[in-house]
Amino acid sequence: MSEKNLDRRHFLIGTIAAGVAGVSAGPVHDGELGAPPQTFRGAVPWQEGTADAPPEASGSGYVYFTPAEATFIEAAVGRLIPNDPVGPGGVEANVPFFLDRQLAGPFGRGDHYYLGGPWPRGTPEQGYQGRYNPAQLYRAAIAAIDKYAGANLGAPTFAALAAADQDNTLKGLESGEIALDGGVDAKSFFAMLLQNTKEGYFSDPIYGGNKDMGAWKMIGFPGAHYDYKEWVSRHGEAVPYPTVGLKGRPGWRKARS
Amino acid sequence: MTTTLKSVDAVLVGFGWTGAIMGQQLCDAGLHVVALERGPWRDTATDFATGFAQDELRYMWRHHLFQNVSDDTLTIRNNVNQEALPMRHLGSFLLGTGVGSGGVHWNGQIWRFLPTDFLTKSHNQQRYGKKAVSDYDLTVQDWGVTYEELEPYYDQFDKVCGTSGKAGNLKGEIQPGGNPFEGARANEYPTPPMPQTLGPTLFGKAAAELGRHPFPHPTGNLSEAYVNPLGAQLGACTYCGFCEKFGCGNYSKASPQTTILPYLMQESNFTLKTECEVLRVELTPDRKRATGVTYVNSAGEEFFQPADMVILSAYVLQNVRLLLLSGIGKPYDPKTGEGVVGKNYAYQTMSSVNVFFDDKILNPFIGAGALATVIDDFNGDNFDHSGLGFIGGAYIAGMVTGGRPIEMIYTPQGTPAWGLEWKHAAAKNYLRSFSLSVHGSCMSARGNYLDLDPTYRDIHGRPMLRMTFDFTGNDHKMSDYLTDRAAEVAKAMNPREIKVNRRTGSWSVVPYQTTHNTGGAIMGDNPKNSVVNKYLQTWDVPNVFSMGAGAFPQNAGYNPTGTLAALAYMSADAIKSRYLKAPGPLVRA
Repeated sequence: MSEKNLDRRHFLIGTIAAGVAGVSAGPVHDGELGAPPQTFRGAVPWQEGTADAPPEASGSGYVYFTPAEATFIEAAVGRLIPNDPVGPGGVEANVPFFLDRQLAGPFGRGDHYYLGGPWPRGTPEQGYQGRYNPAQLYRAAIAAIDKYAGANLGAPTFAALAAADQDNTLKGLESGEIALDGGVDAKSFFAMLLQNTKEGYFSDPIYGGNKDMGAWKMIGFPGAHYDYKEWVSRHGEAVPYPTVGLKGRPGWRKARS
Repeated sequence: MTTTLKSVDAVLVGFGWTGAIMGQQLCDAGLHVVALERGPWRDTATDFATGFAQDELRYMWRHHLFQNVSDDTLTIRNNVNQEALPMRHLGSFLLGTGVGSGGVHWNGQIWRFLPTDFLTKSHNQQRYGKKAVSDYDLTVQDWGVTYEELEPYYDQFDKVCGTSGKAGNLKGEIQPGGNPFEGARANEYPTPPMPQTLGPTLFGKAAAELGRHPFPHPTGNLSEAYVNPLGAQLGACTYCGFCEKFGCGNYSKASPQTTILPYLMQESNFTLKTECEVLRVELTPDRKRATGVTYVNSAGEEFFQPADMVILSAYVLQNVRLLLLSGIGKPYDPKTGEGVVGKNYAYQTMSSVNVFFDDKILNPFIGAGALATVIDDFNGDNFDHSGLGFIGGAYIAGMVTGGRPIEMIYTPQGTPAWGLEWKHAAAKNYLRSFSLSVHGSCMSARGNYLDLDPTYRDIHGRPMLRMTFDFTGNDHKMSDYLTDRAAEVAKAMNPREIKVNRRTGSWSVVPYQTTHNTGGAIMGDNPKNSVVNKYLQTWDVPNVFSMGAGAFPQNAGYNPTGTLAALAYMSADAIKSRYLKAPGPLVRA
């Protein structure tokens, strides 16, 4: 699916049909913008098969990132959350795939951003004031950071830098000490990249990151359990529930087969 | 072209908590009521069923239930010398939309304000002198209503929600285990308090050792099954930790969906229309009476809905904007201090203290929106402010709303935000950390107000609302003092270390703080100092009522929903018992 033809409603239909928790394809209930006007009188409305189930990431490989962009993202995510025996790194948790699907979808298009002009820079307290939607910001920023590395650090790209130099570059973006070309606000981009990376690391695996729920297991979050009543008063005890996501866990599949 | 519809007795603009309350009250009185909601229909089974409700990314970070700001937002600035720019992405507050609105994704923290909170000006002036209420350009006012007048309506809302808690003051008698500082209650809470997990329990013990008065947070996440007076059934909370920013899949959190809509939607004299956004209230040529509202639906069709009464029951910011767009009341001018619409916008002054243990597993994922042990010793005027240089206060809560890992991993002071060191700190501390929330008042001031933006327009071509706001010196002093009190309790919990997150600098739209925006359509005892009288009736156009926290002349150190619901019930009572018999001003100007 390309960025342009990925219409949100079709996206929902497509992924619901692909099967989330037994929800069958049917009239789509859109919890957000653009539903048709409706009038309700005399009863609480309810319609079978219209649950507003979440859109699942699907497929493999990158659909938004170019090969050069993917190289940058894998390098940067690997420094933001490095891999070691304590827990998975961002790359090992499939965060680059998560980011790709997010940028290819409604988030990348800025479906929850107001992007109208004019666009003065504003104060830090006024938050994001760019004209770019998130997908555009990533595209412009990655090119600008690779250009910065080439012009100032003697490497063809950010990914070609030694780990320590990558860290220093990320710190320079984080603090805003590094200025980027292409109308990219370095601090805004870094903040978005870090936030989205943590989202991919810790969100439900249906979105393509948090592979095998490894990030949840690392910290001890049991996932999408719905009833902890029994444990409220059992102070100081470790809850022994196995980690579970919205689609279940590997043990469920074993039990079925 | 605008299509004129058949006239109704009352039209509700917006269908969250106050819309549901007014709809039920007015339909029971036999009125024909139409509610216009700009967002979609929402119900538990369809929109936040347990099978997919616990999705932090979708609901919190992708704003699935919140107002989508892509076609309508507001502009923001810290002071009149800055250029206001659009809030391009939700952050500081998470606006609701759709049926139930913020009542779907709130925490369920149900508070009453203190008796002295309704007398902010006169009480503090009498006790601490005139400077206490005028320093920092404060423009605090008395409400024009008293706690005693509101008590029956607070009680009514508690019964609708089934609020779980322990009374601290029953008919003037202080009760062990409750909040000894609260105003007198006629009745005990409908359901008992929630049992507490280890974190809040340790907080309560430490606070008691310091001589404070801990009690369980009053909550709309129910401790046991409950049937309310409208016949709606709620289940016992399962502590899944997805309340605030999420819909409850378990029918355990009081919301319009769980408490009022099962009853109201069956009333034959009630009609709800979704995806219908009201553009303005229409007035007679002499501007003394509203004739109805003009709205546009998501298909782009425009309608005029004639009505004998117009109830603005949208969120604070939309109600104020509609008053300004419709020319109801005189807009506030911060230069002269004249005018009232948009005056005294206020917020909530939040800070926190994180606590880290080595030897205790706290299981932060076992949570609920109002699962907390609280002290109220330093809220409102529960303590002597002499020499402190501020008025107001905060409750301090050892609270576990959940352990959602993108949002709620606490790391010690000095931990970087990324890299191996961050990852190790997250892995080490997630199960063993805890947060104390300092939920502070926000006193209104001359320079904090709402008006219409001169530059930015929404999808309908209407000016956006412009918010000019910063915390005052009063707020900062209060918050520093209260944060120190919270840190004392945190240290008394004997942790490995604590981290103090003070409220510093100017208000920023970026980090989430709280969706407790107040003021701009404030209430008072005369038209010179307020937009509405104590029955939420606008002084200028008596058949227009403006609900919600917009009526608060300043914000107390509590969550607003209990108080704005009580105000709505009081308004409904006055409409039913007096206004319908003789439509006109309920209070003589």
